[in-house]
Amino acid sequence: MAKYGILIDYEFCVGCHACELACKKEHNRPDGEWGICVKEIEPKITGGKLYYFPFPTDNCNLCGKRIARGLKPACVHNCWTNVMRFGTVEELAGNMRKKPRTVLWAPH
Amino acid sequence: MTVVRSIARTAPGCHEGCGVLLHVKDGRLVKVEGDPNFPLSQGRLCPRCQALLEVVYHPDRLLYPLKRAGERGEGKWERITWEEAYKTIADKFNEIKGAYGPESVIFCTGTGRDIRPYLDMFAYSFGSPNLVEFGPLHGNACYFPKIVIMAALFGGFAVADCAQAYPERYQSPEWKVPKCIIIWGNEPTTSSPDGLLGHWIVDCMRRGSKLIVIDPRRTWLAAHAEIWVQIRPGTDAALALAMLNVIINENIYDEVFVKKWTHGFDELKKRVQEYPPEKAAGITWIPEEQIIAAARMYAASKPAVVQWGVAIDQSKECINALHAITALWSVTGNMDVPGGNIITGQLFSPAAIATQRHEITPEKRNKRRIGAGKYPFLDWANILPGESLIDQMLTDIPYPLKAAWIQATNTFACGTADVRRTYEAFKKLDFNVVVDLFMTPTAMAFADIVLPAATYPERDGISQGWGIACIGAINKAIEPIGECKSDMEINLELGKRLNPEAWPWKDVREMFNSMLEPAGVTFGELRGKGYHFGPFEYRKHEKGLLRPDKKPGFNTPTGKVELYSTVLEKCALDPLPYFEEPPESPVSTPEIAKEYPMILTTGARTRVFFCSEHRQIPSLRKMNPDPIVEINPETAEKLGIKDGDWVYIESRYGKCKQRARLIEGIHPAVVSAQHGWWFPEKPGQEPSLFGVWESNINLLLPSGWAGKSGLGYPFKSQMCRVYKIEESQNG
Repeated sequence: MAKYGILIDYEFCVGCHACELACKKEHNRPDGEWGICVKEIEPKITGGKLYYFPFPTDNCNLCGKRIARGLKPACVHNCWTNVMRFGTVEELAGNMRKKPRTVLWAPH
Repeated sequence: MTVVRSIARTAPGCHEGCGVLLHVKDGRLVKVEGDPNFPLSQGRLCPRCQALLEVVYHPDRLLYPLKRAGERGEGKWERITWEEAYKTIADKFNEIKGAYGPESVIFCTGTGRDIRPYLDMFAYSFGSPNLVEFGPLHGNACYFPKIVIMAALFGGFAVADCAQAYPERYQSPEWKVPKCIIIWGNEPTTSSPDGLLGHWIVDCMRRGSKLIVIDPRRTWLAAHAEIWVQIRPGTDAALALAMLNVIINENIYDEVFVKKWTHGFDELKKRVQEYPPEKAAGITWIPEEQIIAAARMYAASKPAVVQWGVAIDQSKECINALHAITALWSVTGNMDVPGGNIITGQLFSPAAIATQRHEITPEKRNKRRIGAGKYPFLDWANILPGESLIDQMLTDIPYPLKAAWIQATNTFACGTADVRRTYEAFKKLDFNVVVDLFMTPTAMAFADIVLPAATYPERDGISQGWGIACIGAINKAIEPIGECKSDMEINLELGKRLNPEAWPWKDVREMFNSMLEPAGVTFGELRGKGYHFGPFEYRKHEKGLLRPDKKPGFNTPTGKVELYSTVLEKCALDPLPYFEEPPESPVSTPEIAKEYPMILTTGARTRVFFCSEHRQIPSLRKMNPDPIVEINPETAEKLGIKDGDWVYIESRYGKCKQRARLIEGIHPAVVSAQHGWWFPEKPGQEPSLFGVWESNINLLLPSGWAGKSGLGYPFKSQMCRVYKIEESQNG
């Protein structure tokens, strides 16, 4: 059962890739390994707007060590437009009700 | 493990200054994170600081002073001591000073950020008025035009109000969310332009701001705007004048503000009659109804704000567009109101301190300054015209230039136009010193002495920026790598040798304390607090806070916002804004356009590079491995170009190669090419100079295209053709 997750307000992700790098640095990931990866979804697909979509991969462990120290996951901490939130799935689902164009990821 | 709170600033270069937490273990920097307690960045951090460790511990960092051991460009260097470096430089500079005068030594910097004030002092204390910003940059076409035109029109400096003036930020009771933000000629979410962090715009959007985005490229902001205006590059003045036409003729301007606080409204009203939206539509390629809709939306939104970018400065007669846009926010009553364009100041002016200390009055500086007398408007602003420097280097008229101190600028690899000419000019000098982090094309081509600079975690400093009266402490977290020294330490130590009286401080901290006096804090206090905000008030013109005589009004000759500029008039320029075609365009030179049919806009910023920097940083370079030229897929198909093909971009004056990226969101008649490219992985020696001649987009721009005022250059509006490079040609 997924306990924790990341809620992403993709309406306001500008695709800066800060989360990708923060994750790579935190986990010392080699080239080609991603914990989170930002994908662009073009307006012709979205029906209007240009969206960026940070996708946590199977490598993501939600920064267990950081969480144990009371910190946020590296991607959430450094997110440039503040569109990522960490919490329990229940808490985040509650937040989701208040803001459309969000996605709740529970990577494991 | 210790965590040092600091502000991210140069080097490597950055416009902003985000709060950072520098994690240090056993004297080594091990991690960088955003500092959630710093109000202006609130813990956010862009890829460039995420990759900071790769910069600090890069194997190619310059570690020791070097002197040239072979011919210039041979790449042969000998390690020397700081003592030998300082002695060589001081002897040589003093020798030139004795033989030709101090003005024969020029002092160049890039977009220097917090290291700049010390360079001002360094140049002035040596006695040279020749401080060269941006390397040089033709038409000084980066931010200077804005600063100067605002000083002329309303005697101040204004920025878009994103609640940055208060440490409480968006919670401040004084601040209002702008109902409408015009993003004009920039992409803040990628570039974080001078004094504005791009995420502030997103923060405003989340609080309800609607956007009008004026850009030939469909940026993320454009794709999220109410109105995206896909303008023809170089025609911003026509658009702004047509918007004024709509707002004035439909009487949707702020009559009270106009009557009380502006000068020359009737003249402006008359002038804008020459720019009905229908006519502007033909000039700008923007549908007439869209111009009208944008004007109405902006005028109806209270408050509304303009966030403008360098794209406007980088047109030939840029001061007209800047003038007309300033008029837009003035006649709509958005001047210095919450959520409008706010007038800001500095807690202390390091540049003013430098000029006062050395009694470099504008008159005195203008007297022997390069290019003095050429442009009355630049004389008024006391600015050295970038191109005049190159002219004088090559001609020795009116006096010869002999040596250059080049600190934190990559002259011909970055901003300068007519690149070969700039290169030849610098090569002609007898003695050049380069201060930088890495061996650059500039250092390799010209330097006789190279000095290694420290990055920001290796040094102390005072950060001032963000467009407002706020200062922050840059705190040294680790010892400098090798024998590197901070830029200001170098200025102080060498300054003491050249003119001891001008540099009475024993170390940089003592120097910082002296500079901070007007701000009322010591460097120690600033370090303890982390940052310090000065007081801020809106509507300062009503309260007598803008003029030296403390009377209400603006700090201009008429005391008002000069829609009709008495300063421009005095400088023999049109006191009212007008539109002029770019020097080469489908309209001004249709014959040239037949052969070179595409409009070339250059220098769109990326998130991973700061101007010509960061090309050697692995994780950043991976995100943008090659120089990119964006082309519309329709156009590319006609030209037989596929995504990822190497292409030549060619003008009448030169060509370079970049890699095509097909993007639907760019106008089919426009291509957008990156600037600042060199390849640290390629051979440094002549003739390669790290491949600086291969993809340098400014090879396409000639000399002689500065605006009539001396400001502006068509970096973003020239004509080119683009064609695929066959495999065999792509060596």
